[in-house]
Amino acid sequence: MKYVCLVYLDESIFAPMSDYERGLFVNEALDSDEALRRGGNFVYANALQLPEAAVSVRVRDNKLSATDGPFAETKEHLSGLIVIEARDLNEAIRLAGNIPMARLGTIEVRPVRELERMEIGDKQV
Amino acid sequence: MNETGAVTSGKLEAIYRSDARRVLATLIRLLGDFDRAEEALADAFAAAAAQWPRDGIPKKPFAWLVSAGRFRAIDRLRRKARHDASLKDLAMQFESEAAEPPEWDDKLIEDDQLRLIFTCCHPALSPDAQVAMTLREVCGLRTEEIAAAFLVSAPTVAQRIVRAKARIRDENIPYETPASDELSGRLEYVLRAVYLVFNEGYLASSGASVTRADLSAEAIRLGRLLVQLLPDPEALGLLALMLLQESRHAARATASGAIVLLQDQDRSHWDRGLIEEGLALVRRAFAGGEVGSYAIQAAIAAEHAHADSIDRTDWRKIVSLYNLLLRADPSPVAELNRAAAMAECDGAEAGLALIDAILARGDLADYHPAYAARAELCRRLSRLDEARASYAKALSLAQQGPVRELLMRQALGLGAGPES
Repeated sequence: MKYVCLVYLDESIFAPMSDYERGLFVNEALDSDEALRRGGNFVYANALQLPEAAVSVRVRDNKLSATDGPFAETKEHLSGLIVIEARDLNEAIRLAGNIPMARLGTIEVRPVRELERMEIGDKQV
Repeated sequence: MNETGAVTSGKLEAIYRSDARRVLATLIRLLGDFDRAEEALADAFAAAAAQWPRDGIPKKPFAWLVSAGRFRAIDRLRRKARHDASLKDLAMQFESEAAEPPEWDDKLIEDDQLRLIFTCCHPALSPDAQVAMTLREVCGLRTEEIAAAFLVSAPTVAQRIVRAKARIRDENIPYETPASDELSGRLEYVLRAVYLVFNEGYLASSGASVTRADLSAEAIRLGRLLVQLLPDPEALGLLALMLLQESRHAARATASGAIVLLQDQDRSHWDRGLIEEGLALVRRAFAGGEVGSYAIQAAIAAEHAHADSIDRTDWRKIVSLYNLLLRADPSPVAELNRAAAMAECDGAEAGLALIDAILARGDLADYHPAYAARAELCRRLSRLDEARASYAKALSLAQQGPVRELLMRQALGLGAGPES
């Protein structure tokens, strides 16, 4: 079963850190990816740039709009995601607990939902 | 020498099913922590998946998996110690322990399973947590499967398990089989958790969900394991009780899921194999002299299993067993069942008086079977209005679809009510 670990962080906590401390943390995060890989639990992982770099896209009435954002009220925002393969939800929780970002922010663990093409027939009039 | 031939994923899966929980039980003892042991277990099977197809299955897969898990745990600790110096000592401790020649003492390995069972059912944990822990850690069910079986959400079960493990860690609950002076007290918790699992499956199996019915099979598997590890009379009694109840599985519901009462069941559909096994266990439980609640309940179930029909049931014997049960483990439900058995011996009036006395005390006021039993006895006494009222009361309390259908059928069987 695949689970997505959504990492929510308040990245201002990195500001007062020295380069050495930041480096240590980044290396630890990469080590944790490596540990997931060795255990056969790794599917995908990436950190994200800050929300300032994001664009929100919508199509309404066939018109595409692109706006800055998202602008969340909270200080914590989505700052990375890690997709893991785990036996069950409790294993996913255990693996998420080993991700160093869990010590600084919150990791939301969500099972993926596999969509299957649906037999819907012709549109009913 | 390793076993030759292709190591398929099917073979690996079979070894996972047969050995993973035992490997986990031993790893928890060696590594002193549930999460660390689960991590090591996952690592051990990942290593097996990588190496066995190449090198063949080792002669002793269990020993191989335990030692692979143990060394990988040390490896992980060493890596983590780079970021967290406090782990260095622990890594060194495990290393020196692992350096000693491993003892493959079968008794010790069996005891690990008991340690795991007693820890999962520790009285410091709530009954819900005990059940979730036992099903996941001892039986190897996935969190999502437990959730589906108990009709609760997966995050709810997951949190129960996380909190239970935190509690075990924080309260330093030792990973051990209780000392003999507290063994029977602690065993009660284990048996209660197993019976809870069984009943959840038993009650549900006349409903729609197949997953829930599997819980009964899981509980019986646990019961067998307990009897093998710790042949206490109550453990024997519980397994016997579950087997004897399970033996009626095919007879107690119609194909469409309607409940068939004991007196109406086609006894040729009772599973003779399970009955024989259950009867033998009852004899073993009673051979020791001292019996408890489960063994007595099993003996009552055994009386029904013996009888060719409801009329040829030895109700006097059943009443005397209920008398014994009320001494060993008094409860209003046992009293109600005794009253129903009394009605078979001494007539409906005698049974009804007993049931009314229980209800008058206020016990079982919300227990629908009490009103259903009362209604049945009123019917036999041709007190139809009273029977109707009791069925109505039972219906107002019953939740499950098949139970409600049965009550409605019975109420309708009384015929139309008086003109009003």
